[in-house]
Amino acid sequence: MAGFFSQLKQGLVKTRQNFVDKVGELLTGRRKIDEELYEALEEALIRSDAGVNTAMELVEKLRQEAKNRKLTEAQELREVLQELVADLLGAGKPLNLAERGPTVILVVGVNGVGKTTTIGKLANYFRREGKRVILAAGDTFRAAAIDQLEIWGERSEAEVVKQKEGADPAAVAFDAIQAAKSRQADIVLMDTAGRLHNKVNLMEELRKVKRVITREIPAAPHEVLLVLDATTGQNAIQQAKLFQETAGVTGIVLTKLDGTAKGGVVLGIQGEVRIPVKWIGIGEGMDDLRPFVPRDFAAALFSGLDEADG
Amino acid sequence: MFQGLSEKLQETFKKLRGKGKLNEADVNAAMRDVRMALLEADVNFKVVKDFVAKVKERAVGAEVLESLSPAQQVVKIVHEELIALMGGAESKIQISPKPPTIIMLVGLQGAGKTTHAAKLASLLKKQGKHPLMVACDIYRPAAVKQLEVLGEQIKVPVFAQAGRAAAEIARAAVEYAFKQGADVLIIDTAGRLHINEELMGELQEIKAQVQPQEILLVVDAMTGQDAVNVAETFHARLGLDGVILTKLDGDTRGGAALSVRAVTGCPIKFAGVGEKIEALEAFYPDRMASRILGMGDVLTLIEKAQEAFDEKKAQEMQQKLRKQEFSLEDFLEQMQQLKKMGPLSSIMEMIPGIGKQLKDVTIDEKDMAHVEAIIRSMTSDERRKPSIIKDSRKRRIAKGSGTSIQEVGRLLKQFEQMQKMMKQFAGGLPGGLGKGKKGKRAGLPFVR
Repeated sequence: MAGFFSQLKQGLVKTRQNFVDKVGELLTGRRKIDEELYEALEEALIRSDAGVNTAMELVEKLRQEAKNRKLTEAQELREVLQELVADLLGAGKPLNLAERGPTVILVVGVNGVGKTTTIGKLANYFRREGKRVILAAGDTFRAAAIDQLEIWGERSEAEVVKQKEGADPAAVAFDAIQAAKSRQADIVLMDTAGRLHNKVNLMEELRKVKRVITREIPAAPHEVLLVLDATTGQNAIQQAKLFQETAGVTGIVLTKLDGTAKGGVVLGIQGEVRIPVKWIGIGEGMDDLRPFVPRDFAAALFSGLDEADG
Repeated sequence: MFQGLSEKLQETFKKLRGKGKLNEADVNAAMRDVRMALLEADVNFKVVKDFVAKVKERAVGAEVLESLSPAQQVVKIVHEELIALMGGAESKIQISPKPPTIIMLVGLQGAGKTTHAAKLASLLKKQGKHPLMVACDIYRPAAVKQLEVLGEQIKVPVFAQAGRAAAEIARAAVEYAFKQGADVLIIDTAGRLHINEELMGELQEIKAQVQPQEILLVVDAMTGQDAVNVAETFHARLGLDGVILTKLDGDTRGGAALSVRAVTGCPIKFAGVGEKIEALEAFYPDRMASRILGMGDVLTLIEKAQEAFDEKKAQEMQQKLRKQEFSLEDFLEQMQQLKKMGPLSSIMEMIPGIGKQLKDVTIDEKDMAHVEAIIRSMTSDERRKPSIIKDSRKRRIAKGSGTSIQEVGRLLKQFEQMQKMMKQFAGGLPGGLGKGKKGKRAGLPFVR
């Protein structure tokens, strides 16, 4: 756990630099609590992509708590803010795995968020746990997406079920599940083409893929993971809402957290749609996918402050 | 595109319009709303601050408050400031007098570099150039293959070399371009984080080797507050010449578009507006500002129409309309031309005032395909004189087109209504019909 924590911290170092530096500047030092401070906090949250509404709500709650607990020093606010953020993120939720037979995980998202890469990393994760993994090449639209998945399949030693480019992704899903049943695979990771959530036809196609999966295994898909790019702004909320409606998203994978993107989008999403974040991508390597632990995440976000405190 | 932002701003201005005279408090309240709208649209925090301050300063000036239509004045100011924010005039790519012109695409992972390399190549090819695409993304699995597949689709050659450094490939590509007579080189590079020293160094190396005329940053329109950091870093390291904004066909409020130019001073040169290779538009700040404020974008609409419509055919069509000889055959023809203009929903957005009405209307391109199939299943007699289509013919047509009798009936009924409407138009218009007139809602069978 300690190793995980330090790696997470490392991955989040930029996140911390941006978010925490700003908040840190405001909260450390012997400042008194005043209106200006609250406004500055709200600004810092908005700048982290938390969203205007979420930022306002968080600061309002912080105000209430400060009043209830009769806080006077700016520094004391830090603890409270960290608690509030952790509360908003909710409790961590483990992956839902099938008790018998293959677990089907459907991976969806808009273009360019890192679906195929995430599948490669997930395959590696499950392979390491000794599971037998099948990758279903359901992105039949983008040029060379199938080749990309095959390379990931080789790297992680997972089997790839594919058809030709332009094939019906639902047919690929069907094939993959049949293969999983006959080869007694543990995990099926179903790739899909990136689609903007406001394209009705493409969303209907996704609905069909899901329907076919459920027809073959009634409890499946056991997880529908929405891959979100951490650099995305408020549109991430819209993505979460619409993919939720169409595909019944059960969890979020937040990718590209290793940049300067501030991860505030996680707060924004939790504030508006309740879908737990299950994994985070914090690097380009095969192992750079981590289960999301809300408490750790909140702590890692604010841990820069402890260092600053000395 | 920009839907949410445009709605929010229009709401704000509607409130202002209700008032005869404005005082400073009214303006302040409106500016608070504008600030919220922009922030929710992911416009950078600092940019919002400056923008609101500027608009406010101008709006509380005497000329606005004392004018007869102060709300109109405020809208005008916001419109002007939006244009200024996005860079004023349209900026084109510089074509080098000594070929080949070298264009280098850079950006974060997943922004759409490879796709837009192909879109750009296709656009330039249409303008009579001979582009060559260079595959310098040597890291992402199958990225080279992706570019090759796209190259095949648009019939543009792709230069790739296995096992060499990106900068070497780029240099070899320039020599190759000379030999092959290619006049534009489009270099696709690996996606990278702007904080990744090593990969940023690689980009600088490519730049040093080939001295591109244009270094374009490819930015996902859905990016949040971080867009500005990304653009600033790339600009500082490479000196950007412009920006390609991608995925503008989503429902993003597109704040990145407004921020990037303001912060880096680099103009947005192109916008990606769809998954198809043709879905790349030149970026016009003034037209975009109009779209944001819900004023429509008639100029782009007309240009698209000119591109897609055959002048002679259009005149023939006008004659037919005036003589009321417009048949289903002509209708089919019109649909073909309309289709050439791009996705219907994006066309509708450009018509002033229509964006709002159509907010909840889903335009299904598949319905259009059904209509096409139905008409194609008719004999030419039937197409010219739909009134002869009775039950038995309807059954046959439905069978032939894979639709239902109801659908055939519906189409015929709608066509009849459309003809009636056109009679009214033709009677009332002196110079014949403008092209936009057929866009009336009731007459389009594929608008639900």
